[in-house]
Amino acid sequence: MARPVNEINAGSMADIAFLLLIFFLVTTTMDTDSGITRKLPPPPPEDMEDIKVKERNIFKVLVNKNDRLLVNGEPGDVRDLRRQAKEFLANKNLKSGAVPEDRPEKKEVDIPLLGGNVWISKGIISLKNDRGTSYDMYIQVQNELAAAIRELRDEMTQDYFGMRFDQLTDEDKIKAIQKAIPVAISEAEPEDIGGK
Amino acid sequence: MKLKKSAKGNSEISTASLPDIIFMLLFFFMVTTTMRDTKLLVKVIPPDATEVQRLEKKSLVEYIYIGPPVNKKYGDETRIQINDQFISGLHEISEWATTIIINRPEDERKFLTTSLKVHKDTKMGIVTDIKQELRKANALKINYSTRKNLANK
Repeated sequence: MARPVNEINAGSMADIAFLLLIFFLVTTTMDTDSGITRKLPPPPPEDMEDIKVKERNIFKVLVNKNDRLLVNGEPGDVRDLRRQAKEFLANKNLKSGAVPEDRPEKKEVDIPLLGGNVWISKGIISLKNDRGTSYDMYIQVQNELAAAIRELRDEMTQDYFGMRFDQLTDEDKIKAIQKAIPVAISEAEPEDIGGK
Repeated sequence: MKLKKSAKGNSEISTASLPDIIFMLLFFFMVTTTMRDTKLLVKVIPPDATEVQRLEKKSLVEYIYIGPPVNKKYGDETRIQINDQFISGLHEISEWATTIIINRPEDERKFLTTSLKVHKDTKMGIVTDIKQELRKANALKINYSTRKNLANK
């Protein structure tokens, strides 16, 4: 005598799956972390001497405890910082090492992808902040400086490869541009400049 | 006659494949879900920035949270949270960072990133201290966590 085959009713399968789906939809966090990446200098050796850098090669940015800026000895504004930093680091002619007196010096580096030996700027942005500076201000300053470097890289990439820097996919080209315009931001060893 | 014809054309959409579609979506979300594993003890509202980069490999990122405690019984002063607890002294940071670096295989070490999730009203003093500690431990790659804001100013 044939027994009736008991089949599990699959009608509610969709509902169960829906329930699970909604659970995972709600708990999913697809937040991709983003931020400004920086590389810290290695710890200084005990017997380190101060490295002398010529005055004309430094672009000084000071942020005091009231979040006011001092750019190259003059009061500055965070809105002008990008333009000022760009002007300082700008390097229109890679072929020649000749620079006017008031501009940062250049040094010769071999970058085959940009046409062999090229002259890149020796300019360094020196950033110094007080212990009382707010983190928000510090990030704004870092952001403007990063923007200046990004814009310069974009311009150079446009000249040589005809696209924006972030559109480059060739690892060698990215390296070449990074070498021609390094992230030349140096942060001073911390010290109290304005007290607490 | 006319009515009969229209009734014939009105065929229902088959829902037999619906469970499969739902299951597919379900698996997608199951795979992409990351459950938040650390409970935040400090309030962190990151500052805005435009020049942000994505942190690519999450397994290579370690987090430090800095901000005022959420729970008022710990006071208002800025505290540092690592993993699930507050740290009591700054020296713990370099110890923690060293342990993390040692426990990683050699080839991964230079890609390790420390993400600083700092509340925007924090003073730089404490952030500088942390950076010095990380330098001591040779954890040199850091990331200031920010929100992307295109309409800046």
